[in-house]
Amino acid sequence: MAISQRALEVTRLDPGPSRLERVRQWWEQEHVFGYGLILPALVLLTCLVAYPFAMAIYFSLSDYWVGSPGPFIGLANFREILRNDVFRQTVQNSFVFTGIALTLKTVLGVWLAVLLARDIRFKRLLRGAVLLPWVIPTALSTLGWWWMFDSLYSVVNWTAIRLGIMSAPGPNWLGQSHYAMAAVIVVNIWRGLPFFAITVLAGLMSIPREFYEAAEVDGATSRQRFWHVTLPLLKPVLAVVVLFSTIFTFSDFNIVQVLTRGGPVNTTHLFATLAYQIGLQGGNLGQGAAISLFLFSMLALVVFLQLRYIRKD
Amino acid sequence: MAIASSRRIRHWRAALTYVNLAPFVFFALFPFYFMFVTSFKRNAELYNLKSIPFWIQSGIITDHYAFLFQRTEFLIWMKNSLVISVIAMSVSLVIAVLAGYSLARLRYRGVGSFGTAVFITYLVPPTLLFLPLSQVINWLGLSDSIWALVVTYPTFLVPFSTWLLMGYFRTVPREVEECALVDGASRLQTLTRIVLPMAVPGIVCAALFAFTLCWNEFIYALTFVSQSANKTAVVGVTADLIRGDIYYWGSLMAGAVLASVPIVVIYVWFLDYYVSGLTAGAVKG
Repeated sequence: MAISQRALEVTRLDPGPSRLERVRQWWEQEHVFGYGLILPALVLLTCLVAYPFAMAIYFSLSDYWVGSPGPFIGLANFREILRNDVFRQTVQNSFVFTGIALTLKTVLGVWLAVLLARDIRFKRLLRGAVLLPWVIPTALSTLGWWWMFDSLYSVVNWTAIRLGIMSAPGPNWLGQSHYAMAAVIVVNIWRGLPFFAITVLAGLMSIPREFYEAAEVDGATSRQRFWHVTLPLLKPVLAVVVLFSTIFTFSDFNIVQVLTRGGPVNTTHLFATLAYQIGLQGGNLGQGAAISLFLFSMLALVVFLQLRYIRKD
Repeated sequence: MAIASSRRIRHWRAALTYVNLAPFVFFALFPFYFMFVTSFKRNAELYNLKSIPFWIQSGIITDHYAFLFQRTEFLIWMKNSLVISVIAMSVSLVIAVLAGYSLARLRYRGVGSFGTAVFITYLVPPTLLFLPLSQVINWLGLSDSIWALVVTYPTFLVPFSTWLLMGYFRTVPREVEECALVDGASRLQTLTRIVLPMAVPGIVCAALFAFTLCWNEFIYALTFVSQSANKTAVVGVTADLIRGDIYYWGSLMAGAVLASVPIVVIYVWFLDYYVSGLTAGAVKG
């Protein structure tokens, strides 16, 4: 009797860890804490990236218009856009645009990075100046390019005519198909070059000086040093930058939308601008989604290459 | 003698470098210079083929800027951009700090696949998702308000900032954390009092990039908002200053210049963060 009374008292005085304490201990476990911290990000990305992506697939398989959900129609949207001349033109444009812009950005970017890596004065100022096009809102700076390519008052033509390179009045940059494509590519290079240059520059800085000294001792010329020391060691950084830029050049919207809206006669349309025109302005969400899903194939390819070859190193 | 000639070679090399850099710098900066000059020119000079376009001959005017303030909703657009950018940036940073720490430092099942998932969403271009997102915004009842953008901007800010911050969290020595835990600090205290202060440069960097990305965003802002009073500065200037086929080049350039000012100011102030963040984001990825 006395003992059980005592036992009761003890249990009342020490009822084990309180509920709060137990929650605290549970929360302090590494895996619980880990899941807890990543939860908000996962919820956000599931609701606003994964779910819309699934919807894009659903749209693309149905006759879905703005404001009026339609029935499931299988691959009819894809069949229809593949038969469409404008879409075929867009596929061609996208590859021309991405191929030329990417090549030039890579070559010029490496060259610019090599120049910026040299030990010169005003280094910081020069880097700051060169990076500026990448920082300023693209849509706004493209307005400036639009004015520079104006059909009547183009400063490019004005200068070229005065220098005797062009005969007056010069090309109508945004009104003739090849010139329009050239203009769009120039602006894309202008905007993307800093990204290449600065990233490659960081790659250059990480190459140990001893490599160059050794090459110099062996009597390598500066050109040989570039081809046999710099470039091979730069390959990993370059691969990341090129793959990264492939996605964002391929899916570009801002420059084309502001400069040409896909014109003249669809010769500068890219997947994104065509999807915008058909899906939103035309209201055909099904076909628009089908077009934008072609961007996904490029994304999938790049992600595959990234995960397979680059992140392993 | 040998020293003098090697110095001369060095000078020559430097000069050659500048000469080679000049076209790049010109290419990078000329459009901004030209926009700036255009925004202060009289219309008569702007549309005169005989005048030299590179500088202002017939006097500087501020009419194009006055037009922005008096005849358009420019100030409202700027305010919208600011509100959207600050809120979206802050929310995204909190989410990204938590996720980045979890992915960089904690060991649990699935951490590797979560990391890959964040990396893949980091690569998803906004142009892939704008159509279905416009419907989601509709269902949420947010269409045509600045909240549509506050809600959607974190979709690209969170993966980017998480990725950037993971790199910075990894540089904090593990021992420091372990000491704090042994001393009886909770995990959350270790994160907020020990790790965060050491990752301040990374957080500043992520904040700068997040703000810049918000301010510069175009396709969502163009798609989800149609009422002029709810537009951001970038979309307001590109869409609302063009009426029909008549282009007001002066005020268009004035708007583009003025709407870029906040970004330029931040950029000049934090240049080194931009350079380091750009390389960290891509190279560590």
